[in-house]
Amino acid sequence: MSDRIVITATINGEEMQFLADSRDSLLDALRERIGLTGAKEGCNNGNCGACAVILDGRLVNSCCVMAAEVEGADITTIEGIAADGQLHPLQQAFLEEAALQCGICTPGFIVSSKALLDKNPNPTEHEIRFWLSGNLCRCTGYDKIVRAVQRASEMMRG
Amino acid sequence: MVATKEYRVIGTRPIRHDGTDKVTGRAQYGADIRLTGMLYGRVKRSPHAHAIIKKIDASKALALPGVKAVITHADFPPPPAGVGVSGEGPPQPWRFQVENYLANKKALYRGHAVAAVAATDPHIAEDALALIDVEYEVLPPVLDVREAMSEAAPILHEDLRTRDTTPLAQNNPDKPSNIASHTQIKRGDIEKGFAEADVVIEREYVTTMYHQGYIEPHNGTAYWGKDGHLTVWNSSQSHFVFRNQLASVLQIPVQKVTVVPLEIGGGFGGKLYMYLEPLAALLSKKTGKPVKMTMTREEVFEATGPTSGTYIRVKIGAKRDGTIVAGQAYMAYEAGAYPGSPVGGGMNGIFAPYDIPNILVDGYDVVVNKPKTAAYRAPGTPAGMFAGEAALNELAKMLDMDPMDLRLKNAAKDNGERPWGGNWGVIGARQVMEAVKEHPHYKSELQGENVGRGVAMGYWGNAGGETSSSASVNSDGTVNLVLGSIDIGGTRPALAMQLAETLGITAEDVWPRVVDTDSVGFNLFTAGSRTAFAGGWAAYELGMEIRKRMVERAAKIWECDPSEVTYGDDGVIRGPNDAEGKERKFTFKELAAQLGRTGGTIDVSTNVNKTSVGPAFAGHICDVSVDKETGKVSILRYTAVQDVGTAIHPSYVEGQIQGGVAQGVGMALTEEYHFGPDGRMQNSSFLDYRMPTALDLPMIETVLVEVPNPGHPYGVRGVGEVPIVPPLAAVQTAIVEAIGVHFNELPITPARIVEALYPDA
Repeated sequence: MSDRIVITATINGEEMQFLADSRDSLLDALRERIGLTGAKEGCNNGNCGACAVILDGRLVNSCCVMAAEVEGADITTIEGIAADGQLHPLQQAFLEEAALQCGICTPGFIVSSKALLDKNPNPTEHEIRFWLSGNLCRCTGYDKIVRAVQRASEMMRG
Repeated sequence: MVATKEYRVIGTRPIRHDGTDKVTGRAQYGADIRLTGMLYGRVKRSPHAHAIIKKIDASKALALPGVKAVITHADFPPPPAGVGVSGEGPPQPWRFQVENYLANKKALYRGHAVAAVAATDPHIAEDALALIDVEYEVLPPVLDVREAMSEAAPILHEDLRTRDTTPLAQNNPDKPSNIASHTQIKRGDIEKGFAEADVVIEREYVTTMYHQGYIEPHNGTAYWGKDGHLTVWNSSQSHFVFRNQLASVLQIPVQKVTVVPLEIGGGFGGKLYMYLEPLAALLSKKTGKPVKMTMTREEVFEATGPTSGTYIRVKIGAKRDGTIVAGQAYMAYEAGAYPGSPVGGGMNGIFAPYDIPNILVDGYDVVVNKPKTAAYRAPGTPAGMFAGEAALNELAKMLDMDPMDLRLKNAAKDNGERPWGGNWGVIGARQVMEAVKEHPHYKSELQGENVGRGVAMGYWGNAGGETSSSASVNSDGTVNLVLGSIDIGGTRPALAMQLAETLGITAEDVWPRVVDTDSVGFNLFTAGSRTAFAGGWAAYELGMEIRKRMVERAAKIWECDPSEVTYGDDGVIRGPNDAEGKERKFTFKELAAQLGRTGGTIDVSTNVNKTSVGPAFAGHICDVSVDKETGKVSILRYTAVQDVGTAIHPSYVEGQIQGGVAQGVGMALTEEYHFGPDGRMQNSSFLDYRMPTALDLPMIETVLVEVPNPGHPYGVRGVGEVPIVPPLAAVQTAIVEAIGVHFNELPITPARIVEALYPDA
């Protein structure tokens, strides 16, 4: 049998305890143990960014973090991006700019873009493309995603 | 160019109905499902590209605590006789399809499934794989289409015979071959055509296998109930076709199978095929529990997709004035381990945009020890048209002609004959070529060093096929639209908008939902760029039926004959004046509120199977710069012109085009299947397969030419596939122009460029 461990962490602002396998990645734990399936598995080796979450203020691929490592950590997933019942400007901009087609990469792009705008509220097109080069999208050709991030950046700066 | 007709809803850009769920992480994709008591399944795969399976021993795996069942090919019922649907291509023998689910006697490619296990935890299922002992007798693999066609090649299938449909065929039924079929397109007299030519170009081209690269790996969850009813949850491009296939290969009645479609994370043709679903079903039957299976990325690369590697020879002859008099091609496509390459797509596409009197195209479908190929966006056409369009660009140079003038001089015409027979109907080939030529990008001067420009055309026929759909009018005047074709990238809004247009209501007043196989009639797959066309036809018919019934209800209320009532395109129902001479009318919502009292809900359904498909043409312009030290190619500017028929939701039409361009650029520059001599894919990760990232591409300008399809009430043609076709030759030609070195093999990686520039280094 596998070894189970109890982990305490704050997820989307709420402290919780959960049981995980010692071999679970944070992504495994989020999806299979906690039931937060917004972070997606595209590659399980950090290549595609579909599982991006913000861990103690840092953007990480949750497939490359062990669940056991997040004891005491503060984690924001796609499910925690919309605050107070309102879509985040990035979410609104992705909808208005049609920046998604199949939508599987969208959670990762929105989480990554939020980490970018938190650091750099007014990025250039090149800075957006550079920052998002760790997120793969196969549907859009990135054009509308980059425009959505630019639009969200404008919305957030007022 | 804009649509000739004014619309209220079509051409606007409403927020998609499924959008909020997708930006908040709530949308449920195939791998997100979780059922009570669920087990996790994994697949044991062949480490060899070609081997006889001598023995499979699962006893050690079954002894591992938590392991509940192991299955092999022997757990399938005998496959049905004959052939069954296989993606977009011609039907293929059931036997081959079942062998691809789980190998029988022989493993034919590295990654070929040989057994599957179900366990209580994903980690235990993974551990169990190493405990399944498989004894192999390793055979030499054949990995290249030309080698596979040679007399000395190892044979994959001892019982495979070449099906030669050409007039002078010399079929040899006693001789096994890797060539599954030889087909031909013939028009005029090719020898006579070349004899008339002043200039002849002859070239050969090679393309690698490419993967569709959808971000969501394949998945399938099944529960085989004690009552014999099988329910499958998955993400596919075709839940109805999967249902029928499951019934066939598991030998149960169709009504005993329900497939519940969850959101699909990309497919591009690659999710028209079952891999895990039949295994999950058999494992569920064996264990009595639901079984969920998902693939790793490595499995996706090694055992699903890709599209064919190809070898193509092209010969084109023209008069001095640019009139093309002869076009010939030899196309050999790798099918992978089982027959069924998309060579037909290349054969149709290569000369499609042009009116050429003498054509001869020979196509070969060839098995090799690589994954069984799957449809990939305009299947077969990118490689075929890469060859044709690259050769045409060279021919333009030889003739000292502008490459778009050469194309315009030979453009396929409305109602002309297609190379493979039949009539073009109304097409936008010429309009696209003109729009390319007139575009400011095309007229602009290139700036800088080692820069070049390329153009190319693309063609895809689009598709129709069966669609069932239903709709009901709610008492508040909103409408539910029930769909049975998978929405892979925005067809819910596109179909809701066409129903809204027909009814004169808003897109937001229609709620579209894709339902399971029990809840609406049969729908063919989401493929061939058919969904907005065929589903749009269905939405239109539903709308017209609702209009008719709304008119009847109004007539009932107004106590007049229905012929005295009109339904306006603005959604207002008008009747004869009342006794006082006042106009009588209802808005859609006002009348909807009366339905309960006038006979109940209006609930309509339809089944359409339209053949009035409108083909699509595209023309792209690409500027590149090449770093001669590193071989890196930068796309400086990209413009994609396309005849879209009518753009229902222009943002998603643009998105389809931009996405197709990105995939085509990947084919041209970076994406590649690297096989070792043992047949092992050496780069089976996203990092090493190297699809374009946001940093590899500029903004992609789109030009929507609208030549409405007369065979559709709103002029829809289908937009998704053709944009992947032109980038290959457009990028290749731009590189050739930039550095003066020819590349006839894709992808043109930095390594290939450096090698070509410094052959002695």
